[in-house]
Formats: sequence, C-alpha cells, structure tokens
Amino acid sequence: MSAFRLIAAMLLMTVAGLHPARAQAPLIADLDDHLIAITTGFAGADVLLFGTTDGPGDVIVVVKGPVADVEVLRKERVGGIWINRKGLGFQNVPAVYMMASSKPLAALLPDDQRAFYQMGIENVRMVPVSPDDSDLKLFSQALIRAKQTSGLFSDQPARILFIGDRLFRVNLRVPSTVPTGTYLAEVYLVRDQKIVGAQTTPLVISKIGFGADIYDFAHRHSAAYGVIAILVALFAGWMAHLAFRRR
Amino acid sequence: MTWATAILDWFLGLQIYLPIAEVALNVFLLLGLGAGVGVLSGLFGVGGGFLLTPLLVFVGVPPAVAVATQSNQVVASSVSGVLAHWSRGNVDFKMGAVMLAGGMLGSSIGVAIFTLLRSLGQIDLVIAIAYVITLSGIGIMMGVESVRALRRTRRSMAPAKLHQHNWAQGLPFKMRFRKSRLYISALLPAGIGFVVGIMSAIMGVGGAFLLVPAMIYLLGMATGAVIGTSLFQIIFVQAWVTFWQANTNQTVDVLLALILTIGGVVGAQIGGRLGAKLPGEQLRFLMAIVILVTAAGLLYELVARPAELFSIVITGGGH
Repeated sequence: MSAFRLIAAMLLMTVAGLHPARAQAPLIADLDDHLIAITTGFAGADVLLFGTTDGPGDVIVVVKGPVADVEVLRKERVGGIWINRKGLGFQNVPAVYMMASSKPLAALLPDDQRAFYQMGIENVRMVPVSPDDSDLKLFSQALIRAKQTSGLFSDQPARILFIGDRLFRVNLRVPSTVPTGTYLAEVYLVRDQKIVGAQTTPLVISKIGFGADIYDFAHRHSAAYGVIAILVALFAGWMAHLAFRRR
Repeated sequence: MTWATAILDWFLGLQIYLPIAEVALNVFLLLGLGAGVGVLSGLFGVGGGFLLTPLLVFVGVPPAVAVATQSNQVVASSVSGVLAHWSRGNVDFKMGAVMLAGGMLGSSIGVAIFTLLRSLGQIDLVIAIAYVITLSGIGIMMGVESVRALRRTRRSMAPAKLHQHNWAQGLPFKMRFRKSRLYISALLPAGIGFVVGIMSAIMGVGGAFLLVPAMIYLLGMATGAVIGTSLFQIIFVQAWVTFWQANTNQTVDVLLALILTIGGVVGAQIGGRLGAKLPGEQLRFLMAIVILVTAAGLLYELVARPAELFSIVITGGGH
C-alpha cells in the first residue's frame, strides 16, 4: 500500500516539477506518513522519505528526536569492585539520531558545514554541563556509543537512492525503543560542496490504542492502576489454580 | 525446509509492545522466561524472582519496570501456589499472619531505603552486593545441610532434632503454632518477616528464597507447611509493594506481568511434577547449587573488568 502511495506521490511531483511555476523550489520532500502509531503490535517501523530536486545534485537527510538531559557514568575499581564513580552531564541530547545521504558524507560537504548542520554522528550537538572537564571527549564518545548500542543513533547511514537525477527516496528504520514525541526530518540539497536547498518536515511518534490507554491510566490514576494490577494478579493466580487443579 | 523457516519467522516475528516498559519483545521469549523460572519455583518452592529480574533486564526491560512488574507477577504466582498448598492443608495461617505483621513494617522501611539509595545513585551496586551476600550465605548453608542429611539417610540413623533449645526459647510473647508444630515467641517469625521484608523491597524479589531457609533452619518449622505459609505472607507483602510502585513510580507493567504469569504457572506445574519424583534432600542440594552459581555470576560481574565502563541515565526532559 505504501508503495502504491509512493508511485502516486511521485507521479504527482513529476507533473508538478514539469510545471514552470513550480520549478522555482530546488527541493521538495515528504514522508509517506507523518504519524507513527505505537500500538500493542509495534515492533519498529519503516518511514519512507521521498522527494524531487530541480536538477542533478546530492541529498542529505538528518532526523532528530526530542531532546533530553543525560548523565554519563563511568565505573572505577574501588576495593576490588567496579562501581559508578565519575558522572558527567549533557544537556539537550537528541533521543534519536538518523542520517542518510546519497553519497558518503565526506565527499559532499566540508567539515565546518557538516559540523554546523550536525551531519554525522560525531557532529551531534550535546551541551556538556561542565565543558572544562579533561575527560569530556571520553564521556561524550561513551554517550554516542551507548546510543548506538541501543539502536537510537544509527551508525550505518542509510543510502538515498536516486531515480533518474531528480527523484529520490530513502527508507528510514525506526527502532521499537523510540521515545514518543515530535521528530524533525531535515532534507538538504547539495551541489558543489554547498547547500542549495533545504526543507524540514515533522514526524510525530505517539502511542495509540489499548497500550496507550494503559499507559495513560497508569500515569493519570496511579493508585487505581495499582489496585487493578493487584486484582488482575489475584484473578490470574486463581484462574491458574483452577486450570491445573488435580482432579 | 521453507516451511520450517516460515514457522521460525512467525515465532520470531510475534512481538508484543509492552505499554509501561515501552519496548517490543517476543511473546514466546517472555513466556519462555516465565516458564523457566516457573519450573524452578515448582521444584524448589521459591518464586525465582532473583533469576527473573536480571533476565528481564538482559532482554531489554528497564530495571525499574522489571523490579516493579516482578512484584505484581509474584502476587499471581503466589496465589495459585497458596491455593494448591491450602487444599492439601499445608498453610499455617497463624504463623503467616505473625510473619506478615513484621513483613509489612519491614517492606515499608525497605522502600524508604530503596528511595534513599536511588537518590545517591548507588542502588544497583547495593542490590548486587545484597544478592551476593544473601545468596552465597543461603547456598552454603543449604548445601552443607543437604549433604549432611544425604549422608544421614544413607546410614539410616540419627533423626533430625524436633526442637532447638537456645536463647530464643527465653523470648516473651510465646505462641502455639499447631500446624508448624512449634511453641515459640511470636517475635521470632515477626522478626524474620521484618528482615525479609526489608531485603525483598530493596532487591525487588518475593523473598521466598530467604524466607524458606529461615523458616526451616531458624524457626525449625515442620517442612510440610513452610512453602505454603511463606507464599501466603508473600502475597500480601508483594501486593503492597506493587501498589506502592504503581502509585509513586508508574513502573508496573500489567501486560508483562500477565504474560510472565501464564508462562510461570505452566512451568510451575512441570516443576511440581518433577519435584514429586525427587527426594527432598537432593532437591535442596540442587537448589543450593543453583543459588551458589547465581551468586558466583553476580560476584564475577562486580569484580571482573566490565566490557563497557560507561553507562547513561536520562536525567531530565531537556531545555
């Protein structure tokens, strides 16, 4: 179904791209779905980002999730036991970071541009609470490593595919552990080491259905949820006893 | 063999999104974990929380959710356990009620200690050390006792003592516990409930693995009623912990608890049937080995250089 939508959208855009009045915008991009619903069967999702350019060029896509404050802890050996000793805080760390490009990033833009637009995992902006700490580099690398291990920072950038030199598409994999919130997909058009066009499109990830209702109830009526959890457990235990009672 | 891979794909693909844990996990993996721990509980009469909590964390459930959900699941498994023991007349309600009084007080204090340690950022370390100390202590005690008992039965002589005469005989508030065949001070079972209550709140377990040995070795209870009575008091203590966790931390995942319960009750039946074929001393020896292996594993994790020295904690919502 999403393939069908893609074809329809691309046909529309090809027509639009041929129209003289619309030929001004260097870049048009969209997602096949702006809402990812986390339901009981949610096991991650694929989001299709597609678009068209006004001529040959390369495309870079950066997707960032909602930001949070993070504390990075380091274990040290104390009396033969490894315990958390040193901690460094980082503010405004994006919960999720995904990137895609049509060519390897280093070939597309100079270093300072990549750093400014936060392209590539090493360029993700994280504000250290104590910027003068001598171990800062070590701790920020550890933070990125932890995010990569949990699949929230993708270390293998997806490849954007061009169809002809104007239409492009890329599949973005959203892992099942994503936090809810508003995400932003930034799409850049690059020519001769320069950004010549950009567009930002939102992506909302939210809980929907039975699972969302449970979550809401647990947070809004915590005491009642606790009582219900106990009653469910009592009933489940009783049913289990009836089911396996020796006859 | 395409049909085999197709079936395998179907099994591997059956993910369920847990609303409170906020992760999608394979249903059969969770059922299997519940069943595996259920077999142990059927065999040994302990909840197996001390194994299930680390396993849940290992497959991706956040530790806080694993601990709280575990309490909820223990309520369910203890209810089905108690009903089975009750129908065979193996629950000493009077003993259970006295232990419960201590247990409620102890778990309240344990919850306060838990909150304090978490604010200090060292809760994981304290939990791990508490596990290593209690598990190795119990494991060694049970191992030595069961080996002694095995030797005794082989020589078929020297029956076990029914009454222990020590300082505890001098304590006040003596009560008669007919089902347990004891005439002892109520302070003893209440004290055991109190101490285990503290431990179970901090360690996020039902505490049967602490209660059962304490009742056998410290109180000298008739072994028949030990498991049923400990389960009876665990229901109430863990129901209280569940309520507190849900009310203050919102970390009880009802769906996860239900799946673990389903796996657990099936496993417990298998374990119970296996247990009926094995004599008690050998069973206790087996349990001692399971406990000591767990303690050794936890100790190794504390002492060995970790593969990753760093860990991250989300501390706030950003600015």
